[in-house]
Amino acid sequence: MDFNDTPEEAKFRAEARTFLEAHLKPKSAESERLARKLSPAEYMKAAKDYQRKKAEAGFAGITWAKEQGGRALPPIYAVIFNQEEAKFDAPSAPFSIGLGMCVPTVIAFADDATKDRYVRKALEGEEIWCQLFSEPGAGSDVAASKTKAVRDGDDWIVNGQKVWTTGAHFADFGILLVRTNPDVEKHKGLTMFIVDMKAKGVEARPIHQASGGREFNEVYFTDVRIPDKNRLGEPGQGWSVALVTLMNERLAVGGSYGPDYKEIFEFARGINAPAGDGPLIKDEAFRQKLADWIVRAEGCKLAKFRTMTALSKGQTPGPESSIGKVINANQMMDIANTAIEAQDHYGIINDPDLAPLEGAFHQSYMFAPGLRIAGGTDEILKNIIAERVLGLPQEPRADKGVAFKDLPSGR
Amino acid sequence: MNFDFSDDQKSLREEARRFLNEKAGAKVTRRVLDDAKLSYDEGLWHAVAEMGWIGVAIPEEYGGTGLGRLELCVLAEELGRAVAPIPYSSTVYFLAEALMCSGSDAQKQALLPKVASGEVIGALALSEGPGVPTSAGLQTKFDGTTLSGTKIPVTDGDCATHAIVVAKEGGGASLALVDLNQPGVTRTTLKTLDPTRGHAKLEFKNAKAERLGAAGQGWELSEALLDRAAVLLAFEQVGGSQACLEMARDYAKERVAFARPIGSFQAIKHKLADMYVAIEVARSNAYYGAWALSTEAAELPFAAAASRAAASDAYYLCAKENIQTHGGMGFTWEVDCHLFYRRAKLLAVQAGSPAVWKEKLVKRLEQRNAA
Repeated sequence: MDFNDTPEEAKFRAEARTFLEAHLKPKSAESERLARKLSPAEYMKAAKDYQRKKAEAGFAGITWAKEQGGRALPPIYAVIFNQEEAKFDAPSAPFSIGLGMCVPTVIAFADDATKDRYVRKALEGEEIWCQLFSEPGAGSDVAASKTKAVRDGDDWIVNGQKVWTTGAHFADFGILLVRTNPDVEKHKGLTMFIVDMKAKGVEARPIHQASGGREFNEVYFTDVRIPDKNRLGEPGQGWSVALVTLMNERLAVGGSYGPDYKEIFEFARGINAPAGDGPLIKDEAFRQKLADWIVRAEGCKLAKFRTMTALSKGQTPGPESSIGKVINANQMMDIANTAIEAQDHYGIINDPDLAPLEGAFHQSYMFAPGLRIAGGTDEILKNIIAERVLGLPQEPRADKGVAFKDLPSGR
Repeated sequence: MNFDFSDDQKSLREEARRFLNEKAGAKVTRRVLDDAKLSYDEGLWHAVAEMGWIGVAIPEEYGGTGLGRLELCVLAEELGRAVAPIPYSSTVYFLAEALMCSGSDAQKQALLPKVASGEVIGALALSEGPGVPTSAGLQTKFDGTTLSGTKIPVTDGDCATHAIVVAKEGGGASLALVDLNQPGVTRTTLKTLDPTRGHAKLEFKNAKAERLGAAGQGWELSEALLDRAAVLLAFEQVGGSQACLEMARDYAKERVAFARPIGSFQAIKHKLADMYVAIEVARSNAYYGAWALSTEAAELPFAAAASRAAASDAYYLCAKENIQTHGGMGFTWEVDCHLFYRRAKLLAVQAGSPAVWKEKLVKRLEQRNAA
């Protein structure tokens, strides 16, 4: 056992570092504060600029085929680049969904002309993509999508509503899952399209989140025309197409957020323990919790090393990396909750000028509930572990063998 | 990045699993469980010795097979999975490791070959009563040649031939190596939660003993020994946890209630998914411990504590939820769930309880951050 790169990997890592050092600032509390001060327009300009440079230098689409502008390297090289990029303040957020999920779906299902039209522009940061799957009545059960498309000559006409769409307000294109046949079973009547987000009848409205922010959108479609050539896969095959996208999603979501352990230690040294007889860091109950958090955080980090090992050897990784998504959001919530309660009455203050760590614990506390839901709820992820990893049988379902239009749909 | 066992080590795992499926398993563990006079299964012990497993990390010059600690981790996981009723951990993780870390060449020459052959059985005698042992609280006294005091409980103390005793010497502590077959030693067999392993109270009255390692260094040596054992015990715990998960999964697929396999209920699925997550956290931490142990890395104290904390919690969760998944059948003597539930608790409290290791983990991280 060792944690070393192979000579080729080490060479690539050095190359990546040189590129990153030339274009970005190393991540620090200060660099993050500065990044937060940028206006949305300034941030987007910096992001597009960075993405173009990344593509020019060959660090975008590392695993993609050369004809798609990629470098056709094994997945371990993408992991290495991401590891290095994470040490810098990289404005890559606007592209993560498009390049991580949408465009790979386009590559998998579109014809050459369509790929030529979209792929390279996405890779170079010129066009941004979003993913339009969830609906008010189709969250965990995303195959229950009701937004419908009706054929009209060479076009389809779309009506309905999508929700929780990241980046819809600045995206140029989206992949859109719609119902094209309500007369067959739920999973068989769906079709996937590429939709122009600037087309007539598409309206993105920001959602005012419980956390106070407005990072996600609801998107309304009113008589939106989509040419049939924008279809991905056959009519009725939309669910198989969506599964390819979702597989990529679970690889993308699941990082850890919130204060790190050095900050937590520092916080706990500067605050009274519940017994009032010394600092919190000396409190036994707190130390036991701290140990539990460290063990789980280490477990997630080390499980990723196991995944990297498989990738480095050119093997298919085991399912161990699926634990991160289940652990991280809950742990972030637990840490935030403990830190807020530890401050006693003062813990209610989240004014960044007054609260410890500029209110970072409050941000975690308010954002964690969303993370437990986004990209597959805790419950759905546990079903996936149980069914795909452990091989347990599916639940008996009420939606098999029934036409979609005859299913109860609730509110 | 090479954070996995090698192909050779994986072959060893497969070989060990095949061997233990045939020679060990619940039937053998139950022989010791059901017979109060038995403290271990002699047949399995000798079979394991013949396979070269006891001496897997002992150098060839001392009669071992001279493989290494990673191979030892592989075997520990399999023995844990099989709930093996043999004094393997006491002999290998404690006696052999103590001799290899702190023994003089004469002590190694005298004992390690007999350890490797299975002739000598070891034990660690640390606890003297309820609660966490401390250096200052030690009552057992050692003067360099003789030992007096009482140790309770000593895992495998009723079948061991030799014990490593942590005792007070002068103002500090020392490790004493004691031959247990002598008039100065009285053993009393103890009833415990896990009767598949022998336990004893050992009373020493001017028993002959020799020092292992430097005088006055005993507490530090025992802490270092516990760190090494922590990683190996964590692998036993991961093996046991995995066995519980597989047992629960298999039962959940077969058992039908309300006209469907109970494994199709989300209440069962989520329980088993939680077990899986806990095991993968424990396994990943244990791998890190294995790396640190096998390379004598400076990270060993931290990695050992994390391995042990994760593995103790995982085994408890998996053992109790395995019973729960089995319902009423899981609460019968005949179904094997309780073998794991018992062993989970022995492995959690021997060589330091989860709370002790969690405290060590935080303290070690504080030290690392301060450095």
